Amino acid sequence: MRNRPSVKRMTPDISWKDITPGGTIYDAGNAEDFKTGDWRAMKPVWIVEKCTQCMLCPPVCPDTSIPVKDSKRLDYDYDHCKGCGVCVEICPFDAIDFVKEGE
Amino acid sequence: MAIRERLSGNEAMAVAMRQINPDVVAAFPITPSTEIPQYFSQFVSNGEVDTEFVAVESEHSAMSACIGAAAAGARAMTATSANGLALMWEMLYIAASSRLPITMSCVNRALSGPINIHNDHSDSMGARDSGWIQLYSENNQEAYDNLLQALRIGEHEDVMLPVMVCQDGFITSHAVENIELLEDDKVKGFVGEYEPDHYMMNPKEPIGVGPLDLPAYYFEHKRQQAEAIKRSKKVIMDVAKEYEKLTGRSYGYFEEYKLNDAEIAIVIINSTAGTAKTVVDKLRDNGIKAGLLKIRVFRPFPAEEITAALKNVKAIAVMDKAESFSAVGGPLFTEIKAALYGVADGINIINYIYGLGGRDVRSDDIELVYNALLEIQKTGKTGETYRYVGVRE
Repeated sequence: MRNRPSVKRMTPDISWKDITPGGTIYDAGNAEDFKTGDWRAMKPVWIVEKCTQCMLCPPVCPDTSIPVKDSKRLDYDYDHCKGCGVCVEICPFDAIDFVKEGE
Repeated sequence: MAIRERLSGNEAMAVAMRQINPDVVAAFPITPSTEIPQYFSQFVSNGEVDTEFVAVESEHSAMSACIGAAAAGARAMTATSANGLALMWEMLYIAASSRLPITMSCVNRALSGPINIHNDHSDSMGARDSGWIQLYSENNQEAYDNLLQALRIGEHEDVMLPVMVCQDGFITSHAVENIELLEDDKVKGFVGEYEPDHYMMNPKEPIGVGPLDLPAYYFEHKRQQAEAIKRSKKVIMDVAKEYEKLTGRSYGYFEEYKLNDAEIAIVIINSTAGTAKTVVDKLRDNGIKAGLLKIRVFRPFPAEEITAALKNVKAIAVMDKAESFSAVGGPLFTEIKAALYGVADGINIINYIYGLGGRDVRSDDIELVYNALLEIQKTGKTGETYRYVGVRE
């Protein structure tokens, strides 16, 4: 092993022999690989039949996890939703349920 | 032809740094290492070096600036002592774990408190687990030679770790002694250019240094860091061999002085080795088989080699110029004892704490230690292992 990376990306099964020295990150733009939604404790659930597409919820999402297409919201991007519940609070129509993760 | 000079230990370090001509020096003045950046800043002002000298506002910033510079791809150096080193503490670990080969002159001084500006080894001994390679120097010549070798060791691609070169505050840092310097071009040829594989100022490869390292990765990085300091052992010897070819001066993990047939020996670090050698000579004149082992490399700790060198000695005194408050002895003592355990059992080994806070250590004090060893050799009884010399009872 030398002081150069034998891999470009670190994965959770990488050995100490292959891991990048000092944790140096050699590939820019790798944030797309990082799923920030995996530490969510509470989960918003979109109730489509109650939703009026008022569009109050997408702009308040701090993680841009409510995708919008053709002026309509779509289902959550759970890879990045951290379950903060701001969308649940803003919804005037009780169209977003808020449940414990895994239930 | 080498240059014969008369320099203090601090001057020797500053001259070595001028000859190295590093990219960045960031330092903050603290007694007794102040003169190193002071002399060096004169070289900067005189245009004798191309170095970017960063006059920071604290030692924490000095080490931070070195880390930033080294991550950017620069060869970075600094100097400090005692509380300055302590203020660098968290950054020492970050430098080592980020695998940045920064080089430091550590001029050993007692770490407060009570506040004291004189020599002992409590500062660098406290930093022994920070991941830095530590080289110790008996005199100005060794300090100079160690600093030149330090760059080659730390920057070696198998190592990539920071190195501190230690010498005794005031005793060698301020005492002027004869010294043999290399010519500037020979130093330049020996240390070469620092060309890291990866660095932040490389526009072709944008990298991130020092990211958050959670439980999924931190352990692997620490294991890898431990491997790097293990590998440094070979590099230290390779560099020493190359340096010997250049200068004729030979270096190893430690120096053995009349140790080959010794029955009693002391293990010691830095300048007091000089005093102790005089005592060894005197005892040898009286037919006493006394010897000495002087540590040069304390991190990595050359346990196997030390054991091999000490295995035939009957009684050993390990001299610690630092307390570790373990209530069982100083840091060098516990390391030596651990090294011998199970490999060279049956040797009587005691510990002396000496010279704290600059307490003068005379040849009489060292003689007292050898006399205690003679007594142990005669009676076969170690008695109290955790002892003091030079303290008022």
